[in-house]
Amino acid sequence: MTDISLSGPSAAGKTIPPGARAMRLPTQWLGVAPFIIFALMFLILPTLYLIIGAFQSADGGFTLQNIADLAQPTIVAAYWISIKVSVASSLLGAFIGLAIAIAIVRGGLPNWTRSAALTFSGVASQFAGVPLAFAFLATLGRLGLLTVLLRSIGFDLYQHGFNVLSFWGLTLTYLYFQIPLMVVIIVPAIDGLKKEWGEAAATLGATQWQYWRMVVIPVLWPSFLGTFILLFANAFGAIATAYALTGSSLNIVPIVLYAQIRGDVLHNANLGYAIAFGMIFITGLANVFYIWFRTRSERWLK
Amino acid sequence: MAEPFLSIQHVRKSFGATTVVQDFNLDVEPGEFVSFLGPSGCGKTTVLRMVAGFEEPSAGKIVVAGKDITRLKPNQRNVGMVFQAYALFPNLTVAQNIAFGLKVAGMSKPDADRRVAEMLDMIKLPQMADRYPYQLSGGQQQRIALARAIAPKPKLLLLDEPLSALDAKVRVSLREEIRSIQKKLGITTIFVTHDQEEALSISDRIAVMYGGRAEQVGTPFEIYNRPATKFVANFVGTLNVLEGKVTDASAGKVQVNAQEVSLKGKLNGSKSGDTLSLALRPEAISLARQPGHDTSLSGEIAEVHFLGSVIRVRVGIGGNTVSLDTFNNSTTPPPVVGDKADISFSSGDMLVLH
Amino acid sequence: MKSGKFWAWLTFVLGAAYFFIPLIATLEFSMRMKRGEYSFEAYRVVLGDARFQESFTFSVVAAIFTIILGVLLVVPTAYWIRLRLPQLRPIVEFVTLLPLVIPAIVIVFGYIRMYGSSSPLPFLASGLGTNALLVIGYATLALPYMYRAVDTGLRTIDVRTLTEAAQILGAGWTTIIGRVILPNVLIAVLSGAFLTFAIVIGEFTVASLLNRPAFGPYLQNMGANRAYEPAALAIIAFAITWGCMSLIQVLSRFAPKSANRPN
Repeated sequence: MTDISLSGPSAAGKTIPPGARAMRLPTQWLGVAPFIIFALMFLILPTLYLIIGAFQSADGGFTLQNIADLAQPTIVAAYWISIKVSVASSLLGAFIGLAIAIAIVRGGLPNWTRSAALTFSGVASQFAGVPLAFAFLATLGRLGLLTVLLRSIGFDLYQHGFNVLSFWGLTLTYLYFQIPLMVVIIVPAIDGLKKEWGEAAATLGATQWQYWRMVVIPVLWPSFLGTFILLFANAFGAIATAYALTGSSLNIVPIVLYAQIRGDVLHNANLGYAIAFGMIFITGLANVFYIWFRTRSERWLK
Repeated sequence: MAEPFLSIQHVRKSFGATTVVQDFNLDVEPGEFVSFLGPSGCGKTTVLRMVAGFEEPSAGKIVVAGKDITRLKPNQRNVGMVFQAYALFPNLTVAQNIAFGLKVAGMSKPDADRRVAEMLDMIKLPQMADRYPYQLSGGQQQRIALARAIAPKPKLLLLDEPLSALDAKVRVSLREEIRSIQKKLGITTIFVTHDQEEALSISDRIAVMYGGRAEQVGTPFEIYNRPATKFVANFVGTLNVLEGKVTDASAGKVQVNAQEVSLKGKLNGSKSGDTLSLALRPEAISLARQPGHDTSLSGEIAEVHFLGSVIRVRVGIGGNTVSLDTFNNSTTPPPVVGDKADISFSSGDMLVLH
Repeated sequence: MKSGKFWAWLTFVLGAAYFFIPLIATLEFSMRMKRGEYSFEAYRVVLGDARFQESFTFSVVAAIFTIILGVLLVVPTAYWIRLRLPQLRPIVEFVTLLPLVIPAIVIVFGYIRMYGSSSPLPFLASGLGTNALLVIGYATLALPYMYRAVDTGLRTIDVRTLTEAAQILGAGWTTIIGRVILPNVLIAVLSGAFLTFAIVIGEFTVASLLNRPAFGPYLQNMGANRAYEPAALAIIAFAITWGCMSLIQVLSRFAPKSANRPN
């Protein structure tokens, strides 16, 4: 600990303690100035730049043409497949993650299952991107272990319409980080359900299902919905996994945008901005919906 | 004696190799308020939870109104329960919490609303109907929890340390409220507590529990004044214990620090030369000789604590220390440490602890 | 109850199967480089590849700079918000969560257009500037995780009392933050740091669009051109992520338990 006899003279040297001068209001804000400047320069302004660009013509005037141009079939198809993959992987991820979380917290399983699942989920939720694509190619690609094994027992996945380079292939791959992310976030919420609530409900005559319907589901709902939105945004913005998995055979929005940034394949810089704006719009809309829903229905939350 | 309403018969509970409740027996009359009093781990909560149906007895049976409920599920027992940590449903308003049991039972909305209003009036919180639990104080939450438990008109009310999480002041006012509501409704109630003052103040009868069995069951008056075992005597109230040596068992004569004390009655099972423990409540002892006090012992003032209206004095008698309380008197200064002092009491107030 | 336990086991086992089969398959695939036998040939080739070593080193260095930038940015801010400007808390929290909503590709697209070589702030005009922008982009991506970790750490200590105690002993702000606050939230900061490392090390989008010779683009390139090496790389990447997360878990055991908190 600090030696008082040493720090005493140093304090005496400065006639006013440093804190006293910082009390006045304008200097207060200096403490957060670096963060605010950073956030403006490298998060908010670049985003605004694109949003504004989406509504500008090549000569800088206001226009809605870029947004209207999004309606061309390749771009619409890209948005559609992106939304499908994101919704499917976040919906499945959310429900499967919830089921696993309930199983390990409330299923009466031995303690090691809980810690094992949580540790693994922590890792898998961050295991995305290019290596994840490699893992699924090695598993479910044409020469993947599972594909080969299933073929050797007479079931050919690829003859039954499966392809890892497809909507379902991508969804299945995304689930590898979506499910664990749900588990990691929802387990604390399930831990927050007090045992006494269930007992109180039972003494009041409620069946297990009534208790779930009237208490458990409403209590978990905000965390569940919030995590679902997070999973959606997570999948919607992801590019590395899809790019490494499918190359450009599955044109999701981020891959279209990636190609546009690299080589202006759309031959219209402002249309690129419009695509970026569309992505922000969709993830933003999901969040606005979430906030609206939460404030409307969860008045009991502090 | 009337037919017991709740009968707990030879109930035993073990978790693995450890037995937490052994051969517990208790009959509770209709409308009676019985407390389970004991230190933590004495099995009192386990017995309550077996009555509620959360634990299944390893042996024995539980009968309510002539019906064996030992194997019934908690939600089929029609008991109301209040928990230490309130356990209100956070997502429901006060009114919805109270209506929970009614809704589950399929009561019509108007009937349920009427019952909820009645309950809110009973706990004197009618203006809180639309609040959420987090907006209420602990005392208010516990009153809502009580109303919720009572609303479906349960046969039995089980209170599991409902006051332990509350401030001292709220604790006293709420316990009085619980008792008055219980009396008004005539609902048979079991109240679990580790606080002897709580148990003494509101119970019809108390079961003092220790080591998984009932040490003594009796009215607060009996428990306090005629404790059946050393544990009960020590656990309930403050007790001065004096070590004595038996000089004449048949005449009930004992020596304390070389001063003779005559007890009422014989000392069965003891012989001359045995040591035994004698117990005295602080309020049975006075510093000066009082009318009716037939015994006195000489000692020396060891400690004096001025507590306002009361002065707590400790008097050393040989190796024993005796606590007693005297009322403050503005004209008499308190005793001084080191002074010689005589204490007096009635030998009839003296308990022999076995 | 009995059937509930059955379903819990079934869920757990199916989940475990889904998560372990790809790992086993990848491991098996990575060892098939030599025909007819299992070997670590793919690992040997990968680890001996100069481009692997260069890109991996580049990403490690980028990750370290990202962590330093993140700590410098987040610790004083989170501390100051707790101490003096609690009214700014919702705004700052909102900003730190934005990178979870705005896709990384959008953010880096913004950088490319705003900080191009002909802009007033031409980060992209030089290699050093581009590297700086890469680190800045990574710090932005890691912001939600870093901020949450540090803020959770600050919550367990009584920031105000510690600060006042230090002030009474005559400490200045740098001493307070550097010698009083930081050591107390060190575990939390390190957790944030390892998480940042795990996110940054194999990152593809930002590095690729800024044309940096990082590990992520290298991985992608290998995937497009080789068969067995990518599987070996996936196993290596998984091991790195696992290592980072395990370190966080180990560290959390040393975290200060909120001993001096009121209530």
